Amino acid sequence: MKQRIRQNAVPVLFLCMCVLGVLISGQNLRYIAQELISRLARNWFLVLSLIIPVTAGLGLNFAIVLGAMAGQVGLIIATHYKLPGLLGLITAIILAMPIAVVLGISAGHVLNKARGREMITSMMLGFAVNGIYQLVFLFMAGTVFPIKNPEIMLDNGVGLRGTIELKYCKYALDNLIRLRLFGIDIPLAPIIVVILLCFGIRWLYQTKLGQELRAVGQDMGVASVAGINVDRTRITAMVMSTVLAAIGQVIFLQNIGTMNTFNSHEQIGTVAIASLLVGGATVSRATVGQGLIGTLLFQLLFIISPAAGQRLMGNAQIGEYFRVFIGYGIIGAALLIHAWERSTSQRSAHRQPKEKTPEVTLNN
Amino acid sequence: MIDSFKQLINKIGLPRLTIILFLVALLIIASVNRLPTSMLLSNSLVRIGMNGVMVLAMVPSVQSGAGLNFGLSIGIIAGLIGMLVVMEFELMGFLGLITALLIACVLGAAAGYLYGLILNKVRGQEMMIGTYAGFSIVSGMCMFWLLAPFKNPEMIWVVGGKGLRMTLAVNDSLAKILDNLWKFKILGVEIPVGLLLAFALACLFLEVFFRSRLGVSMKIAGANPAFATSCGVNVDKMRVLGTVLSTALGAMGMVIYCQSFGYVQLYMAPLMMSFPAVAAVLIGGASARKATVWNAVLGTALFQTLLTISLPVTRSMIQGDISEVAKTIISNTMILYALTRKEGDGE
Amino acid sequence: MDNNWVLQVKNVSKEYGGNSVLRDVSLSVKPGEIHALVGENGAGKSTLMNILFGMPVIHETGGFTGEVWLKGKKAEIESPKKAMEAGIGMVHQEFMLLPGFSVAENVKLNREPTKPNWFSGVSGNKLETLDLQKMGSDTRRALDKIEMDIDEWLPLVGMPVGYRQFIEIAREIDKADLSLLVLDEPTAVLTETEASRLLSVLKKLAESGIGVLFISHRLEEVCEIADTVTVLRDGEVIATMPKTETKLEAIAEMMVGRKISRSKTAESGRAIDEGNILEIRDLYVDMPGEYVNGANLTVRRGEILGIGGLAGHGKLGIANGIMGLYPSSGTLIFDGGEIPLNNAQASLEAGLVSLSEDRRGVGLLLDESIEDNIALASMISRKKFLKRVGPLPVSVLDRKAIREHANKMISLLEIKCTGPEQSVRRLSGGNQQKVCVAKAITMEPRLLLVSEPTRGIDVGAKERVLSMIKSLNRENGITVVMISSELQELRSMCDRIAIMYKGRICGILDPDAPDAEFGFCMAGKGGIPSD
Repeated sequence: MKQRIRQNAVPVLFLCMCVLGVLISGQNLRYIAQELISRLARNWFLVLSLIIPVTAGLGLNFAIVLGAMAGQVGLIIATHYKLPGLLGLITAIILAMPIAVVLGISAGHVLNKARGREMITSMMLGFAVNGIYQLVFLFMAGTVFPIKNPEIMLDNGVGLRGTIELKYCKYALDNLIRLRLFGIDIPLAPIIVVILLCFGIRWLYQTKLGQELRAVGQDMGVASVAGINVDRTRITAMVMSTVLAAIGQVIFLQNIGTMNTFNSHEQIGTVAIASLLVGGATVSRATVGQGLIGTLLFQLLFIISPAAGQRLMGNAQIGEYFRVFIGYGIIGAALLIHAWERSTSQRSAHRQPKEKTPEVTLNN
Repeated sequence: MIDSFKQLINKIGLPRLTIILFLVALLIIASVNRLPTSMLLSNSLVRIGMNGVMVLAMVPSVQSGAGLNFGLSIGIIAGLIGMLVVMEFELMGFLGLITALLIACVLGAAAGYLYGLILNKVRGQEMMIGTYAGFSIVSGMCMFWLLAPFKNPEMIWVVGGKGLRMTLAVNDSLAKILDNLWKFKILGVEIPVGLLLAFALACLFLEVFFRSRLGVSMKIAGANPAFATSCGVNVDKMRVLGTVLSTALGAMGMVIYCQSFGYVQLYMAPLMMSFPAVAAVLIGGASARKATVWNAVLGTALFQTLLTISLPVTRSMIQGDISEVAKTIISNTMILYALTRKEGDGE
Repeated sequence: MDNNWVLQVKNVSKEYGGNSVLRDVSLSVKPGEIHALVGENGAGKSTLMNILFGMPVIHETGGFTGEVWLKGKKAEIESPKKAMEAGIGMVHQEFMLLPGFSVAENVKLNREPTKPNWFSGVSGNKLETLDLQKMGSDTRRALDKIEMDIDEWLPLVGMPVGYRQFIEIAREIDKADLSLLVLDEPTAVLTETEASRLLSVLKKLAESGIGVLFISHRLEEVCEIADTVTVLRDGEVIATMPKTETKLEAIAEMMVGRKISRSKTAESGRAIDEGNILEIRDLYVDMPGEYVNGANLTVRRGEILGIGGLAGHGKLGIANGIMGLYPSSGTLIFDGGEIPLNNAQASLEAGLVSLSEDRRGVGLLLDESIEDNIALASMISRKKFLKRVGPLPVSVLDRKAIREHANKMISLLEIKCTGPEQSVRRLSGGNQQKVCVAKAITMEPRLLLVSEPTRGIDVGAKERVLSMIKSLNRENGITVVMISSELQELRSMCDRIAIMYKGRICGILDPDAPDAEFGFCMAGKGGIPSD
């Protein structure tokens, strides 16, 4: 029981904050619902892409930024060839796939070399590859790569524009099936995709591979003595996560409609990870349900905080900064609690080897 | 021949060698393209002096065993507050500088103490926790900048009359006060003596500290906690002290940076500032377990010179400012390299 | 084909970096036999285990010589997987179980029965669905064999430690062709009732024809269940005998003693009557693996007191407790005054100095120079080697004094090195220990605690280190408490020898006492009750 309360403390706290925020902001509920549903439709997939590495013991995968970049590369190429609608979207995903696989494999190799420091390494990996991404699309596009399309290039012919209109495939997925309910516009197709992904993840954990991922996540030593190839399993987890993130980013951007070539992906890691954590996940334990609920609460907070800030402090900017702070703060707090628990449990396990070992649960 | 070459690489370290070679190449291109070398060197010197103390802040943190201080932004915020207080009360010249340094030092030490206590609870995860502690504080302070009771009209938004501006110009009597102190020119190169002297003083302080009983105890606590405990050293205390020193140095480093830069940048500007400092000390040959004053000095010199020279050189070849991108790639790859390296226990 | 043996180890030798840890070891296990392997820490038991189980550490360090035969055939065990396929089951000392998994998931880990589904056709068996029903029933069968009635789908979290040992065994016997079960200290974490249940399970398993190789420190249980006992010491087989011919004391004696004639010290029976320098009253030390549970001991001024006993009985805990390195309670009276416990600084200030058993981990700064290793501890705890910086109120290291002192020590103790600046990592074990001794001397001890001074150093250096310690005692009048697993060493050095059993002093013996008496003491019987 105590465990239950503790596990749900974070989502409950955020629920209270959201309710308060909604009341304070005094915004129209229909507006909030409309905003929320479109944000959920575009964010859920990305958040769920984080779950597999957590079960595989790699912690929060800050390197989904790599997948997001792969997705953007796909979109850039699709836009360059002016591929319309769903065709463009699918082309973008197909093109992004091999890039994401390669990035995922390399990320997996790097993280295997940095055992025990996976999270900071995945974060630095995101930063470093982002630098290379900028180098490619800011300086090499137009010089090394002969891209000519003036719609996406800067006027002098070198480097991509800072913002690219995705006019050919904007809403391609959203518009597939639209549903109107109580005056709220619901993009059904991306939600169906998310549901499929949920079932996919569930199914994965019923397979042999899923069992291996969970085993490696709990204890690499035990897994390897049992004959599981630990390194390979971890790389597999990274590849799956990166590929999912690439698809997620394409879904995300088709809803936004414009791509901030050099910024759209940067915040993806922080936002997705914070969402997962708000749902009550930890560094070593994350479920699909936590991802779904966490995204809901976090995005709700996102919608209402500027208005709440305006009403409360007379300054909408405060709300903007508040949500940034919450994003970083929740990650910081989650990491802190996790590390704290781990070090105290290690210490007590060290002192009293006859006590039962620290509890690690992994339900999926 | 090949063996001795390999030995050379081992001794200097592959990343450092790469950077040195890269630097040499840039210098050659610069002289071929007839770029004003003396100006480039002057700029490099200024940037070394500007950033040096912040890089130096990594040394006590690593030596005490708390690892690379990814939460340096905590100290940086303390430095910013020091500058803001001085600017609010319009303290001029050296009085202003010294007041700012004092405030920065005290606030930095206090914040570093709390930060150190946290780090002691999360052994092995210091880097990740530090990074997010820094991110949280920087974003949390954004709200503070908006609400803080600063009144000086030069500093707050014109519209609304409340909240600090994004970028504040440091007043003329304070801006570049160290840069201009005893400045002289030799062969066309301007030497910012005061600025470099401040950096040198900080280095000297650390050098002496690490030869004192306290400093040696700290070093031992970082190198082998079990050995230190058996000598009666309180390892936890040493780690806190290392973090305090690091954060205070970071704070004072920020004051020096601001006076030389001439502007105080608030809000999200300090967010990523700890990474280049971490990268610089790594470039100087440090690791997550060992860092010396010499590593900091060499690393700052190499990294800042590289960045200073790369800007005009690349501009002479391709359009656009590549130096920011270069900074991102170099510093993050450098940190990545250090993270994936097996912590050398030599066996 | 010779089917009389499940396992034959033939003349196996193994070296780690020039240190030989197994020499010409042979042993054989019959089907249905329980074969006990006993020996002190470092006797080579775990290396032998690693060889049998094909652990990568063996092959990474150059493999081994000799042969391993399984069921009458020569076997090449290159990996744990090969070992499993060959029918060897291993129950590890630390549990190889996943706490978040259920019993069945643990038992079937990486051997899960699967069934194909839509996707698995193209991508191989990794994506086949787990056959939960079969996993459950297989596990049930294995659990029934060892009479465990727990639910096979319960998660391991929260289960008593004792259950886990049985689950490990269930996992091994679930493997279809298991013919040899190896258990490494299986009762170490069990309560007595659990342990006796385990032993009866093992007997039953053996009756079903499986060979059991059983490693233990607990000699009582060895005597209870083993059919054959092999004693290993210093990497060599000392004896293999049927249980009927052995007695507990004899085994204990074989594990530690050396039946060679020893050179008794010349000053045998020298008078030490200057009173007590250290009194230990009711000492409890919480050092994992070496708990001290209420030890009482007095050390006389000027003597060399030995502390012996089998591994795990707390002899190392005494030194670490006195030095304030592990949480402890009790009373320490040193030279008339009480010393607070759990305070390393206070112990050092009182003049207690320790030579740690963990030389490389605690005793030395491996990457620092010899001179720093010798001087820095004294600089910190005795404020030596410091000098003022001009008129400033700051003291810094006096490098010149450190260098002079280090050079003196190097020549005094004959430390073989390229100079005082050499880093200690590259020194041999013996020379590293000499640096530790130099460090201890520099601290000017009034009482020196020496733990396992000759562990891991070669024979020649052993003599040097021991004679160095002796001369510190004789010439400098330093009282010495020497803790060692090597009884022979203690007997050649000490004036009295205290033997520890289960965290208490079981008896204090004269170094001339017969081997049998030491054997009795180490097995927890007899001896003179401590004061």
